[in-house]
Amino acid sequence: MHNTKETVISEKRVVLFERIFRACLFGSGILIICLLAGTFATLLQASLPAIKANSVDFFTTFAWDPVFKKYSALPFIAGSLLTTAIALGLALPLSFGLAIFLSDILPKGIISSFLKVIIDLLAGIPSVIYGFWGLFVLVPWIRAFELRFDIIPYGVGVMTASIILALMVVPYATSLTREILLMVPPDLKEAGYALGATQYEIIRDIVFPQAKAGMLSASLLAFGRALGETMAVTMVIGNANHMPDSLFGPANTLASIIANEFTEATDPLYISNLIYLGLILFVISTIVGSIGRYVIKRWN
Amino acid sequence: MSSNAGIKYKEQSLKQRLRRQRFFNICLGAFAILISIPIFLILGFVIQKGIPVLTWAFFTDVPKPVGEIGGGVANGIIGSLILVILASLMAFPIGIMAGAFLVEYPQHPLSTLVRICIEVLQGIPSIVLGILAYLWIVSPMGNFSAFSGGAALSLMLLPLIIRATEDTLLMIPVTLKEASLSLGVPYYRTFLKVILPTGLSGIMNGALLGISRIAGETAPLLFTAFGNPFVSVHLGEPINALPLIIFNYATSPYSDWQSIAWGASLLLIIMTLGLSLLTKVLIRK
Repeated sequence: MHNTKETVISEKRVVLFERIFRACLFGSGILIICLLAGTFATLLQASLPAIKANSVDFFTTFAWDPVFKKYSALPFIAGSLLTTAIALGLALPLSFGLAIFLSDILPKGIISSFLKVIIDLLAGIPSVIYGFWGLFVLVPWIRAFELRFDIIPYGVGVMTASIILALMVVPYATSLTREILLMVPPDLKEAGYALGATQYEIIRDIVFPQAKAGMLSASLLAFGRALGETMAVTMVIGNANHMPDSLFGPANTLASIIANEFTEATDPLYISNLIYLGLILFVISTIVGSIGRYVIKRWN
Repeated sequence: MSSNAGIKYKEQSLKQRLRRQRFFNICLGAFAILISIPIFLILGFVIQKGIPVLTWAFFTDVPKPVGEIGGGVANGIIGSLILVILASLMAFPIGIMAGAFLVEYPQHPLSTLVRICIEVLQGIPSIVLGILAYLWIVSPMGNFSAFSGGAALSLMLLPLIIRATEDTLLMIPVTLKEASLSLGVPYYRTFLKVILPTGLSGIMNGALLGISRIAGETAPLLFTAFGNPFVSVHLGEPINALPLIIFNYATSPYSDWQSIAWGASLLLIIMTLGLSLLTKVLIRK
């Protein structure tokens, strides 16, 4: 039965279907390229009114006050870079340590499976729940800390956001670093052991120099990831539209101001300015991510 | 290794070197314990606050106005489901075809470009994808809608499905494809009847992981799906989702609403973690 049905389809139709199918494959590929090109074009086009209206003021002034039509990207670029830098400062040593632990010290066994589950769980918790927990648990702790050390007790602020962000970045940075460490040729390590080096010395003098470039690229990719993180940061950073003035004071990031003000914005120029911030966020994270991927490709 | 490394070792006694080794191990062990603490704190807190809220009415009712006790998140559960299905419907066909394209034409110059685009696409912050869906769909249509929310989520899902498809199809033995082709089966039938069914479980695993990730996303929905206090199945109308409910209620000043948000958080964690655990079990099989 089946065979006869196959033969019924004429050669011409087969060629036609074949052509359609190949066209679909190519079409989907081209669609992906168009999607990215379209993303950039759309963002650029929608931020044109803001680009024209602000000229260079966007990057030289410090005031964001939509009521008086004053717009500036600097407070948010600074807020984003500051929170991300602190978060990475906290998360990267931890992630590198955990990755070494999982790849070299204890690659198998109950403890390492347990640790992997923990990291998977951390990665699986949605951003908004991190923010919610931060708001109700971490913020009071930070506030108590601030009271003790005579800092203005906001509770919310750059530091709170950075700690939450660090927690969210650890799983990503750990899994990236672990993959890189696993690529270090075992022969080299065994040669080190044969010479009588301790495990610490092997990690410091053999694994680390080999994996340096890969770890740099993992850091850059983690940076890009942390930069775009929105919800948790929005909930605990305090949403103040000025330059971050202290580590414990409220601020805003590029992502969090968009999340906060986009639905409230009614003036087209206001919306255009927020989209402009989105464009800046897109460009920064794309550049950082591309450098990260380039470094790892060169290294391989 | 530099030549003075040997001298470095010579100057240290064995005892010193072993002490360093022990100190290093203790540090790493401390890291491992340190990173385990927050997860217990977070899960413990969400479970403790969320369990009392999870009653039958929580799953079947819609939210009540401030001051009235009770109310549930039926609108969010149904909304999240609809949004995820919409996103999958949009991302699956294109994602699988694009993945097949990358496997079929690995050396084609277009493939290299597509690969770069996918990597960049994957790195775009989710809030920017929300802006895109807003500009492409909400603005022209004139109102927030479930459709635009699904589209925003599908942009997140797409690169993940392409990756899953490419990785899976690369693992399928070439002999299988060659056997089919040598029997005179045209390529499109070989793909649809031989390659795709063989790789389907692998693709589904990757896709499920992706779905568990987008199900917890809030940022792309803020100005696309927007939220809706009632159960809605209309694609052209605003729709609610569990993460949106959590965000809106968590930041509200009313303790009734906050406790609903804890319940919704617990539900969302169970759903997303359950989905990703299920996938891991399936992969192991």
